[in-house]
Amino acid sequence: MKTQTFDFKSVLKTSLLAGGILIYLALVGLLTAFLDRDIIYKTLSLSFALVLINNFVFGYIAAQHNSEHKWGTAIGIGVILGIVSTAMLSVLVLISEPLNMREMFVNASPTLVKALTFENENIVQGLLPLVLMGTASSVLGAVTFVLPPLWRKVLLAALIAVLAIGTLEELVSDVVTNIFKLFGNKRAAKPALKFFFGRKGWSVNGAIIMFVAAAVGSYLWNWRGSVVKEKIGALPKTAQRNLRIGTLIFLFAVAIFLPNILGGYLSEILVTVAIFTLMGFGLNIVVGFAGLLDLGYVAFFAIGAYTMGVLTSTQLSQTTELVSFGWNFWAALPIAVGMAVLWGILLGVPVLRMRGDYLAIVTLGFGEIIRVLALSNFLQPKIGGAQGILGIAKPTIPWFGGAIVLKSSLELYYLVVVAAALAAFVSWRLRDSRAGRSWMAMREDEDVAEAMGINLIKTKLLAFATGAGFSGLAGAIFAAKLTSIYPHSFNLLISINVLSLIIVGGVGSLPGVVVGGLVLVGLPELLREFSEFRMLIFGALLVTMMLVKPEGFWPAATQKRELHAGDEVEPTPTPEAA
Amino acid sequence: MALLELENVHSYYGSIHALKGISLTVEKGEIVTLIGANGAGKSTTLRTISGILRPRQGRVMFDGQDLAKTPAHKIVNLGISQVPEGRGVFSKLTVMENLEMGAFVRTDKAGIQEDIEHAFTLFPRLKERQKQVAGTLSGGEQQMLAMARAMMARPNLLLLDEPSMGLAPILVDGIFETIVNINNEGTTVLLVEQNALMALQVAHRGYVIQTGEIVLTDDAKALQVNEMVREAYLGH
Repeated sequence: MKTQTFDFKSVLKTSLLAGGILIYLALVGLLTAFLDRDIIYKTLSLSFALVLINNFVFGYIAAQHNSEHKWGTAIGIGVILGIVSTAMLSVLVLISEPLNMREMFVNASPTLVKALTFENENIVQGLLPLVLMGTASSVLGAVTFVLPPLWRKVLLAALIAVLAIGTLEELVSDVVTNIFKLFGNKRAAKPALKFFFGRKGWSVNGAIIMFVAAAVGSYLWNWRGSVVKEKIGALPKTAQRNLRIGTLIFLFAVAIFLPNILGGYLSEILVTVAIFTLMGFGLNIVVGFAGLLDLGYVAFFAIGAYTMGVLTSTQLSQTTELVSFGWNFWAALPIAVGMAVLWGILLGVPVLRMRGDYLAIVTLGFGEIIRVLALSNFLQPKIGGAQGILGIAKPTIPWFGGAIVLKSSLELYYLVVVAAALAAFVSWRLRDSRAGRSWMAMREDEDVAEAMGINLIKTKLLAFATGAGFSGLAGAIFAAKLTSIYPHSFNLLISINVLSLIIVGGVGSLPGVVVGGLVLVGLPELLREFSEFRMLIFGALLVTMMLVKPEGFWPAATQKRELHAGDEVEPTPTPEAA
Repeated sequence: MALLELENVHSYYGSIHALKGISLTVEKGEIVTLIGANGAGKSTTLRTISGILRPRQGRVMFDGQDLAKTPAHKIVNLGISQVPEGRGVFSKLTVMENLEMGAFVRTDKAGIQEDIEHAFTLFPRLKERQKQVAGTLSGGEQQMLAMARAMMARPNLLLLDEPSMGLAPILVDGIFETIVNINNEGTTVLLVEQNALMALQVAHRGYVIQTGEIVLTDDAKALQVNEMVREAYLGH
């Protein structure tokens, strides 16, 4: 832990930082862009919420480093921080009119002044509420740190719940309507929604109820949760196993009904998330289990997609010199996976002796080679060059003489979820097998692993082949989903995304892959309405996350041990939930 | 027939001629030590035996088989275990997982369990720390773990690379005591050491290696009083 004694300089530094960020938010336009985007209808706009969140977070951080866990000090810190930071923002407001900085900073505009002074004619008077509320928020943040851990967790959970749902109000409303629809009572949704939500964001009542509900829920979870966990831990092994299987079945049931509840747009996102998760499971074997850094993973995705495309396209002759093979999806699927596996091995052989950075560079090159080949005139007669492949068949399921075509994202969702579940199952079984052990040993130290009698060649090739297979499967489904593929769909960014997904979730952890997929692929989609600020927010979230939880959201047991070895020596490391 | 026999072995690192015709034998049941200065070729000899490095010339015979033609990972199956220099434990895995990894080539679960228990009697410290992550063990404990892990493969021949390196003298005594214990239980030991004094005290025979060549071989007792050895390695 850092020093916890009160240090005025340190508090001032944090305050200046907080103020700097407020000014930054103002100048990039975040404080003016979402003035009409209410979190609580007509009470709190998203833009103003950003000011409050900023001060809350910095208040918390300042208290963490300086408050000595004393109430008085914490409040003092909050007041200093709040006044300094909002004063800095106020200065920006005051000078923006006389100085007219709009040539450089487009957003230092009258709109900003109006927004931050709450449209008060007298600017100085108008700035008062900003200073007061900003200060109140930083005091609240500082005090939150001093609270006993249980209450701190409860308060944070409640605040986050209100903010998150308020921000995504539109989607949440859709989901609620869909739930009512599922129970055949679509009408009843309206009054409920009207009570909880305003035209935009929460209604005041809704926000208060949500706050209380989330607080109570969090309280029960944190208070009773440990007791329940203990009780489960005391159960016999078979009962624990049954419980785990029961949970899995429950999750599976939820997964089945999910698209009905979420509606079209969210289902679409889910399909994308699931495809990336499927790839994540594959890369997790290569990187997480075997420790082989592969940056060209998109190559196998492309190979799977192109194999599926060539074999099933009905318009193959439009872009290539081939005549349609006209296979159906299911016949082409094993070939697509097989091709990816084959190329996984073919790539594996030359890089057997490479390690670490060198391996990463070679695989990076391989990924680019495949993309360039797909784009080339050389292969154009076979796979269509820049024009890609069109008219790829949708998967069908034979059904009493006819056939169901899986065309909507809702139906494809099931296909992807089954594929991802299969990948998860295979990964899980492999991890606990001899192959998994060899991967683990090899990841830790190749030389020692060999000295233990592990066949490195076999072990590496198995990792590459399995990983490539999953990626090929994902590619095949991707092709069938889009019905047309182009070389530029298979760029380096996909490899990087899948790798980041694993790191964010927790390297080597299976639940981590799912969490990583939801956060890294799902979240940017949810934030889509924030257009140009989307990646800014998302990037800030990622940086924060890597600072706060470097081991990922749901780390594997070994990873957690490594990164927190200094914190405490765990007598019994908690086994990772399967 | 000797358990291990190196005959005129030449090994190279690229173009560097590291071993220039090494010949040595280890009989069943012996502790043989290979002593020499830094860079003399001690570790290279071990790497050549365990198959990480291939000799360009000469033969490495173990139990009547030519190791030069056996892939590295199969050498463990033949009954040779190595404790690598600098200990080389799997630092992110627990003590228990390290031991299990040592038994990777075996499939007899009951036997493995038995051997883990046995390893704990050899190294009681490890039993206390079985759930601890290996990277957080002290240097001496890591050395113990590396040795215990090597024993998990039930080797006929144990190759030890500088077990005393970087350890406090009191720990070194304990380590060498265990080497003798392991040997008494029937495992042949080839011990590579810079600490010639300690090595010659526990070994039956010794070889002195200098710039890739064996310059002297004798009983350990005789080497201890040999003028040249005393001057070069024992500091008298």
